Amino acid sequence: MIGITSYGAYIPWHRLDRQLFAKAWGGFAIPGERAVASYDEDSVTLAVEAARDCLSDIDPNVVDGLLFATTTSPYKEKLCSTIMALALHLRRDIQTADITGSLRSGTSALVFALDAIRAKRANSMLVTASDTRMAAPSGITEQSLGDGAAALLLGNKNVIAEVIDTYSISDELAATWRCETDTFVRSWEDRMVMDESYAKVMPEAISGLMRKCGLSPKDFARVVFDPPGDIRRHGRVAAELGFEPSQLLDPTTIFMNVGLMGSAMSLTMLVNALEQAQPGEKVLLAGYGNGADAFALQVTDAIKKLGERRGFTKHLQSKCMMSNYNDYLRWREIVPLDQARRPDRGHISVAANWRQRKDLLGLWGIKCRRCKTPQYDNGGITTTPIRVCAVCGAVDDFDDYDFSRKKATVFSYTQDQLAPAADPPCSVVLIDFEDGGRMLFDLTDRNPDEVQVGMKVEMTFRKVYFDRGITNYYWKARPIRC
Amino acid sequence: MSGSIKDRVAIIGMGCTRFGELWRKGPSDLIVEAVNEALADAGIEVKDIEAAWAGSIFSGHGGRSVSEPLRLKYIPITHVVNACASGHDAVRNASYAVAAGIYNIVLAVGFEKLKDEGTSGLPGMDNLTHTHAVATMPGMFAMMATKYFHRYGLTPQDGKTMLAKISVKSHYNGSLNPKAHLRNLLTVERVLNAPIIAWPLGLFDCCGVSDGGAAAIITRADLAKKFRKDPIYIKALQICTSPTSGRITTEYDLTHVEEGYRAGQAAYAEAGIKNPRKEISMAEVHDCFSITEAVTMEDLQFSPRGRVKEDIDAGTFELTGALPVQPDGGLKCFGHPIGASGIRMLYELYLQLQGRAGKRQINNPKLGLAHNMGHEPLAPTVSVCIVGL
Repeated sequence: MIGITSYGAYIPWHRLDRQLFAKAWGGFAIPGERAVASYDEDSVTLAVEAARDCLSDIDPNVVDGLLFATTTSPYKEKLCSTIMALALHLRRDIQTADITGSLRSGTSALVFALDAIRAKRANSMLVTASDTRMAAPSGITEQSLGDGAAALLLGNKNVIAEVIDTYSISDELAATWRCETDTFVRSWEDRMVMDESYAKVMPEAISGLMRKCGLSPKDFARVVFDPPGDIRRHGRVAAELGFEPSQLLDPTTIFMNVGLMGSAMSLTMLVNALEQAQPGEKVLLAGYGNGADAFALQVTDAIKKLGERRGFTKHLQSKCMMSNYNDYLRWREIVPLDQARRPDRGHISVAANWRQRKDLLGLWGIKCRRCKTPQYDNGGITTTPIRVCAVCGAVDDFDDYDFSRKKATVFSYTQDQLAPAADPPCSVVLIDFEDGGRMLFDLTDRNPDEVQVGMKVEMTFRKVYFDRGITNYYWKARPIRC
Repeated sequence: MSGSIKDRVAIIGMGCTRFGELWRKGPSDLIVEAVNEALADAGIEVKDIEAAWAGSIFSGHGGRSVSEPLRLKYIPITHVVNACASGHDAVRNASYAVAAGIYNIVLAVGFEKLKDEGTSGLPGMDNLTHTHAVATMPGMFAMMATKYFHRYGLTPQDGKTMLAKISVKSHYNGSLNPKAHLRNLLTVERVLNAPIIAWPLGLFDCCGVSDGGAAAIITRADLAKKFRKDPIYIKALQICTSPTSGRITTEYDLTHVEEGYRAGQAAYAEAGIKNPRKEISMAEVHDCFSITEAVTMEDLQFSPRGRVKEDIDAGTFELTGALPVQPDGGLKCFGHPIGASGIRMLYELYLQLQGRAGKRQINNPKLGLAHNMGHEPLAPTVSVCIVGL
């Protein structure tokens, strides 16, 4: 049996009321709010969060491959899945690939992962889909997009939703696009896109799948497919296919609270469906974008044994409303801003970061074999790598120690108004990890007024520096999210 | 440790520039002005200098930084880089060379030209991988204030008021000092209402970022009286460097500076001081931030642990108090050109011991302590020098 063995999702903590777009620019506001990736988040960090949720109680060593689906990769040339593999503590002898450039890249990655398992090239594949698409300021699309990520682990053991079959359609139309130099999404007239593409391609893929599997609309307990820009068309397509509203995962909730999540949309909706799915149910999944991919899934008894995840639902509920639209412009670097009159921070050394890739991207520290003290160090003058134990003086006598999943307590903190920050003040915390070890970290996704000594925090993977096209990823602390 | 520097070397001349945002002065101005004052004070000429040690962390590159402006001819010069303790470390190394009998007359000079950057703060504070949390120096010391308030149950108002009194005192002293960077008087209310720099520290909890230079001429103790009747003798020179474990293990309490305590203990032992609170007449400590001065009073055993507030409230450290601290205004008001600061502290103690401190003159001081702290509380390097008649 081949199928989904675990799922995870991530919705950024920050949400922007769509009224604030209209307040800034005038004109019409779509009802509801949208999710906004923080200044230190991008498609890579969102995908890592979703994958950590997905792998929360699973040994990362079982994963034989990682696919990262996005249309908003920080790199045109360089893999992101290799960065993510280190953050997720995956093995080195795995397949890593970024599936980019298509709103369908999430479901495409799902197809490729299933094929790899069917072909016995892999026993377990991790698929992540993540997007932080941007539309030009003042347009309606800026309001309708939203940031987020989903992750699915696929395999042949402990399957919670078997993939019965898949069916794909290829269809050429420049419905939405970004050329190599475009920052913002462009699109053709949506009425034509609906009539000639979405409303034809989606039914074609779903009907084709049902025909291929010998299933009919009534066989599915849950029907999950992503909506077009005008979400009202979603229900119309479903009705034309013969689905009842009770079978549908209504995209309204996600649209009203998160927004259209690009390549992460269909898989995030699937995670939401699986959170409620019962053994024995059949689930239909389809993803649209220059064609469509459709999947028939059979939920198994194993879904009841899957450990608790934050998934879509808990991440959706845990939120912070942004107080203004300007922060959105600042965080997405849409407008040039005054720079703090602080000294230049200098250049990234690829060599130094590469040497430390395991401890910087994976937050690996050491545990002294003699005195058993866990230690992590970064930010000293010549402190890395740790060669001598800070407590007992043992030399090179350590085991690797994973700090990335340790919870910690704020030992002391400051709210630094002087340090340059996209979300001032710069909250910096000295934290004591459960089971030992202490380190200084930035604190993110926090309300400055609520930070105090003794506050419980967890680690989160973020982007921390950008220089000459290179993005430095590292870990920050955050108040335990939910 | 088998040896001691006590009474083996003496300072026979000192100089110090005005500190401040000296837009019209370059590094050579700072070095030449400080050294020329010191030479004149000692009654010697530049050709009498046999070797030199220079303390600077941003403005110097090697011994040539000092030979060039002074045109020192073919003598050995060493550049000492030891964070904010560089000035003291230049004096320490110069003193040891004299005590070893290698040279008779040497120069220690500290200088820093910070205000050529066009930005606030100190340059080059980022780590190599640009990943570490980006707290500023005020931020790093603010975390010590947060923890101190938390540990001793001070409300933010109580804690900030305690710290405000430190700054008010230093501004008063600085107002009496024509060479100080900041000479305005403050009130506790004004300190408390100042903008926050890094919570809980506000603008007036932070020292000045300044340009400046300071210099000392050092000779053997037995030769000192040939140069002047009132040389100042070095009683202790201790420096303590952190293994940087406070940041990575959970033992460190962040309400004291272990390196400051240890440097103080070692200096007291070297100088033969049993009761520092009674025996030390005055102190110039590294008050880069108000909380640093508060904690240092406890590290140096001037106040019991957790109880510096009582001494601050009682005015113990004011110019007229039992143990005046920062009689020249300290880093807070005299300013903080990094490499010069340690020698600037000694300059004030030297003037006070010789009765030349003008309006700031303390009544009949015998022993002065200077405390110079580098880096930040989680990984500092701290020096303590004691000088006396």
